[in-house]
Amino acid sequence: MSDTTQSAPGPLSRLLASDIFYRFRRDPVAIVSATIVLLFVLAAALAPLIAPQNPYDLTQLDIMDSEVPPFWQEQGDPRFLLGSDHQGRDMLSTILYGTGLSLIIGVFAVLLQAFLGVSIGLIAGYNGGRIDAFFMRLADIQLSLSTLMIAIIALAVFQAAFGSELYQDLAIIMLILVIGIAEWPQYARTVRASVLAERSKEYVDAARVIGLPRSRIMIRHILPNTLSPVLVISTVQVAEAIIAEASLSFLGLGMPVTQPSLGSLIRSGFEYIFSGSWWITIIPSIVLVVLILALNLLGDWLRDALNPRLYSRR
Amino acid sequence: MSDTSTPLVEVRDVHKRFPLPSSFLSSARPKVHALNGVSITVQRGEAFCLVGESGCGKTTLGRTVIGLEKPTRGEVHYGGQRVDTLDDTARKPIRQHMQMIFQNPYASLNPRMTVQQILEEPLRFHCPELNATDISETVNEVMTSVGNDPAWGQRYPHEFSGGQRQRISIARALMVSPEFIVADEPISALDVSIQAQVLNVLMDAQAQRGLTYLFITHDLSVVEHFGTRVAVMYLGTVCELTKTKDLFATPRHPYTQLLLSAIPRMDGQAFKHQPIPGEVPSPVNLPSGCVFHGRCPHANDRCRTEVPLLNSTKSTAQVACHAVEEGRI
Repeated sequence: MSDTTQSAPGPLSRLLASDIFYRFRRDPVAIVSATIVLLFVLAAALAPLIAPQNPYDLTQLDIMDSEVPPFWQEQGDPRFLLGSDHQGRDMLSTILYGTGLSLIIGVFAVLLQAFLGVSIGLIAGYNGGRIDAFFMRLADIQLSLSTLMIAIIALAVFQAAFGSELYQDLAIIMLILVIGIAEWPQYARTVRASVLAERSKEYVDAARVIGLPRSRIMIRHILPNTLSPVLVISTVQVAEAIIAEASLSFLGLGMPVTQPSLGSLIRSGFEYIFSGSWWITIIPSIVLVVLILALNLLGDWLRDALNPRLYSRR
Repeated sequence: MSDTSTPLVEVRDVHKRFPLPSSFLSSARPKVHALNGVSITVQRGEAFCLVGESGCGKTTLGRTVIGLEKPTRGEVHYGGQRVDTLDDTARKPIRQHMQMIFQNPYASLNPRMTVQQILEEPLRFHCPELNATDISETVNEVMTSVGNDPAWGQRYPHEFSGGQRQRISIARALMVSPEFIVADEPISALDVSIQAQVLNVLMDAQAQRGLTYLFITHDLSVVEHFGTRVAVMYLGTVCELTKTKDLFATPRHPYTQLLLSAIPRMDGQAFKHQPIPGEVPSPVNLPSGCVFHGRCPHANDRCRTEVPLLNSTKSTAQVACHAVEEGRI
């Protein structure tokens, strides 16, 4: 290979030259929503550095600072840019930390969903027959129960069985597990449909003629060709998982008050909304809505960009 | 394996049925009878052609020989060893000797793998003892021998034309130095101007490597150009099996005669094609007796009840026809 530099561009330059990146640059909605998501991720990741206060550290809290309105209002305090909640926690810091928690739960729950769903979809689609029928009926049954219902039952039983003390420590893991396990059928069905289409193509026959073992054909040949729909639903599923977490937290089954995610922030402020402290609920809600909207718009754009049939709709 | 008397590939009375989807409440279990008692032998070094119209079972036969389908009944032998009942481990050494070239060059290369990865994979799997230099040398050598530039290795299949892809596909089949190749209509998806080129690549490979081909096609001119022996298939049965020259000179089976009369002539004579009356019967409900009796001008009562067997005639040709056997034609 004398001309490897010409024929083998690096992954970064290949990405920059790719069709997807070209379409991304030309779509203002995609750029704006990607920027917003990126900003949220950065802000959440850097929260310990940029947040004015650590909301988990009780020594930094002062109950005398509770329910301070945002700085643009008359009784505003420049120490609390977005006001403070009833425990005297700075809203900006709490939101930064809470967004991080929400994103962590969303991303890991989706990773778990994707792992379960992709494995099951691949095995069911490639093997067919009874294995396929079993997993797909299981998916049908699970889809007939709503995610929230499963989650509420599971979390309530866990809380009752092990006490809220232990629950508070394990809340993140429990939420990831419950949301992750409850939503695998989405992935399994999508992957299975792609696998059925790919399985009958001749390159799979060619791999079988070589004599490659089933697992290798599934992972090395079929899986990479089924990943673009997985990528598309993943962005939307992250948004769904964050909403699910927020809903559970709002119902009191999610993150505890000492470690507030966006959902438990909204819930804790809800009690004060009629006493005039609207910011405790409204500001985290706006953050949640903007984050979900950006993720969904990004998912929509990705779906259009990866679907060759929609090329004409530039 | 220098014994020339045993055929390289032998297919004995192979039947293949595919179940059709049926409602789980109904008792009917319809099946497609894709192959009905096919027996062929392929000798070492020959280019054995299978011809027939769409849906006659020629691709199913090729896939059964290579091991992509298991025969419902019957046996497939390779080099004197029965192979259709072997499990994956026992079959691995045999797979190295048999490879397949597919019809559609746009579907037979994995779009997510580079050409280099596609070509290396069979070699890495079958010869794990080779090091990276040996493998890339083999890739270069095989790529050059099929007329491809070895520098294409880092590129993806979608960057190539149909003919280039088909040559990559041939290169993949040649990577493990096979002795037998099933070519399933390898040129029918290509542009006419490319067909001859790819056919030449296949013939060069045969000359250089001493390959044996099972060549599946519906193009009679390719058979005439390429094949040493030819089997004509109709509705899952072989109706005539003979040397290519004899087939074109003296077709014996009524179906072969009608098939050959459909080739357009360029010698200025009147076009004497007699259209075959009727339609090909459904392979789900096979006709009784000879599968061709409904459309055969020579059919009598025996043809309608008794299945003709592939019998040797005076010459080397084998014909499955009561009328030929009785001397009525």
